[in-house]
Amino acid sequence: MSYRNYGRRNAALGAALVVALSLSACAGAPASTKATTAAPVDGGDLTFAIANDPISLNPAGIGSGNDTLYVTRQLVDSLLYQNPQTGELEPWLAQSYTANDDATASTFVLRDDVTFSDGTPLTANDVKATFDDIIAAGALSQAVTLFVGYSETKVIDEHTVEVDFSTPNAAFPNSVSSVALGIVAPSTLAVPFADRATGASVVGTGPFTLDSYTKDTSTVLAKRDDYAWSPASRENQGAAHLDSVTFQVVPEASVRTGSLTSDQVDVIGGVQPIDVDTLTASGLPIVSRGNPGVSFGVYFNVARPLVADIAVREALSYATDATEIRDTSLNDLFNVGTSILTETTPSYSDESANFTFDATKAASLLDAAGWKKGSDGIREKGGERLSLVVAWISNFGPNQTSLEVLQQQYKDVGVELTLEGGDVPKFLELQKSGAFDISWQNLSRADGDVLRTTFSTASSNYFHLDDPTLEALLQKQLATGDPDARSAVLAEAQKRIASQYYQIPVHELTSVIGTQNSVTGVELGADSRLDSLVDAAKGAQ
Amino acid sequence: MTRYIAFRLLQAVGVLWAAYTVSFLVLYALPGDPASLLAGPDATDVSPEQLDAIRAQYGLDRPLIVQYFDQLLHLLRGDLGTSISSGRPVTDIIGEAIGPTAQIAATGLALALVFGAGLAIAATYTRHRALGQFLLALPPLGVAIPAFWFALLLLQWFSFAIPIFPAMGDKGPTSIVLPALTLALPTGATIAQLLSKSLVTTLREPYIDTAWAKGAGRVRIHFAHALRNAALPALTMAGLLIGQLLAGTVVTETVFSRPGIGRVTASAVGAQDIPVVQGVVVFAAVVFVLANLLVDLIYPLLDPRIRVGRSPLTPRGITPKTELTGARP
Repeated sequence: MSYRNYGRRNAALGAALVVALSLSACAGAPASTKATTAAPVDGGDLTFAIANDPISLNPAGIGSGNDTLYVTRQLVDSLLYQNPQTGELEPWLAQSYTANDDATASTFVLRDDVTFSDGTPLTANDVKATFDDIIAAGALSQAVTLFVGYSETKVIDEHTVEVDFSTPNAAFPNSVSSVALGIVAPSTLAVPFADRATGASVVGTGPFTLDSYTKDTSTVLAKRDDYAWSPASRENQGAAHLDSVTFQVVPEASVRTGSLTSDQVDVIGGVQPIDVDTLTASGLPIVSRGNPGVSFGVYFNVARPLVADIAVREALSYATDATEIRDTSLNDLFNVGTSILTETTPSYSDESANFTFDATKAASLLDAAGWKKGSDGIREKGGERLSLVVAWISNFGPNQTSLEVLQQQYKDVGVELTLEGGDVPKFLELQKSGAFDISWQNLSRADGDVLRTTFSTASSNYFHLDDPTLEALLQKQLATGDPDARSAVLAEAQKRIASQYYQIPVHELTSVIGTQNSVTGVELGADSRLDSLVDAAKGAQ
Repeated sequence: MTRYIAFRLLQAVGVLWAAYTVSFLVLYALPGDPASLLAGPDATDVSPEQLDAIRAQYGLDRPLIVQYFDQLLHLLRGDLGTSISSGRPVTDIIGEAIGPTAQIAATGLALALVFGAGLAIAATYTRHRALGQFLLALPPLGVAIPAFWFALLLLQWFSFAIPIFPAMGDKGPTSIVLPALTLALPTGATIAQLLSKSLVTTLREPYIDTAWAKGAGRVRIHFAHALRNAALPALTMAGLLIGQLLAGTVVTETVFSRPGIGRVTASAVGAQDIPVVQGVVVFAAVVFVLANLLVDLIYPLLDPRIRVGRSPLTPRGITPKTELTGARP
């Protein structure tokens, strides 16, 4: 009895405290409102934990994917800025651009007040030299694939360049907004391409410059005081708020999460779906954005007889419960797929009408196609079992869980899945050999041209689509200079892929970043990779 | 003695060559081609001609046998080639990694020796039977605990929950503690296992009875008489323990986000950066061979039976006695 009284007394005391605290909070309210509207704090070092060593700080080189681009985005600026909110292209190093109707020439007029961090002014020659250097590097550059049909870059005058293509490349204006096509100084290009990995020779026009790079440990960037050419849609038009940024390599995802919750770092990249709840429970903000590109899902290799039949592909589409897969292996930061392209991709169109889960319909379609359930529950036709090989890649952790759920869903309608692949080399070998019926994959790229590189028979052609209608659309979008007309072509291509069930979308890969409460202005760009940190600050005053 | 050393050196070179050759064959037998791996899984628009250009640049288009002998010649000159993924000399990459790894490996080894030997001595010295049994049960447990789990546990307790040690990096002495403990656990447990077993056997030797009869005290018998002989089998294992420590750095350095040989290995294997992987294999083989060579050279100093002309090259029939526990005072 006395115990309960004691408890009540405590509760009363607690209530009194809460009231007192909220009163004091009210008293302090005007001050705190003022604080949030005040300017971000200038100064400080932002520690940003990333999963992989950047390997190469050459913006056009091949590093370790996102983590590399998080760093190099801070060193170089691009000709255009793709606004992550609108998807529109905005001026950056180029104050304007025009493309001709058949997308064979793009003209960029550069700002005349931009300098590289070594003091040399940015001119049209630098743009030409940067692009030509990428072409010369060939497959050693991640950017070379963006120059399909490139013929030359012409210097029109000191601040005007024209990029010419022998075959249309309507994706090019979007491509120039990527980090890989960031403009570097002549001093960088004087160093052989293969020798630029340490970043010592990389000179750009970005808001930060390289201070030090220690392999497997950290990359330290220092703010550039005279930076003044942020894209107009960014808040900060001057030099970065932060004095420096330290990208610390922390390979283990759980260690990154623990380091953030124990306040040892300010920002962490590559937050795993499983860690999102931990961060939310600790009251830490999450920054996330769906990746543009093609969605994670079931890609059919139609050269294989079993899935060459559209009836089987359609049935499997009805057998796929994408929401269940998403809920089991991921969380609701990840969208359920609604089209081959993801929602954040420019020219995305919603094709979800083609993809509804209905196991009964799946079963009746398979029955109608002559696939009857055998003694082990797996369907058979003419002595052949409906057993499919899935090629998959383990570079995204939850893939295995996703596929195990899919395996169960397909088994329920009498289709067997065998998972093969795993690590990157094995997956690449399998892809090349063509010995798979289904591939579980995705690809992030901020332009609808990703449809062509994925499905065109003239490109990598891993899925062997023999579809002149689609092929024509894939080539036409690349030849349509007008953005609206091009979007219409890409919408048609998406419809074609959905209605022919070449791919069943399951979920959209999403980039997740966790930050301390005090950190502001850390944002993901249109490519869903870290945007320029020019707005970032450690708190507001 | 000279012949003994010469033989050991020759053997060391043989081991190095074998390690190099086997790793070369294994790496080239792996699925996947380095050029497409360099371009990455996202490179859907790279033409075969562009991939051929990469192969030519790294000499991957030449016949395997030519690549093998060319690389072997370079190796003899101390050149381990160039990393495919970063374009930097492999010797530089490994050179930078040695320092941080040596820090945690040396500290780990010291901790392992102190705690491993301490545990073995305590377990055999105590008159409390139950305590002795309990202490003897610890080493197998230490060997069985997965390093990855142990490392995360240490981080959870001593970095995230109670912020005593930093979770990452290689700055300052505090950053060495947790990784060194992680490395020390399996190594220390192995030392404790070996030493306690050999102490138990040695303490049953007749010469120990003689020592008792001569009136030597417990401490003197344990440390001066038994430990000296019992330590020899543990020393034999020292070379293997170095190998265990090196292997342990892969997990330890990854979990504690430290630079070093382990991290270089992990990322090179993941990217199939063949020159770097081979560099690491050669490096590990050198360390291993040196450690064993050192043990072989120290051995004659500790055990007079191996000294004076009775090298393994001596004619058959006079095989040196290597049974160590049979020594008589």
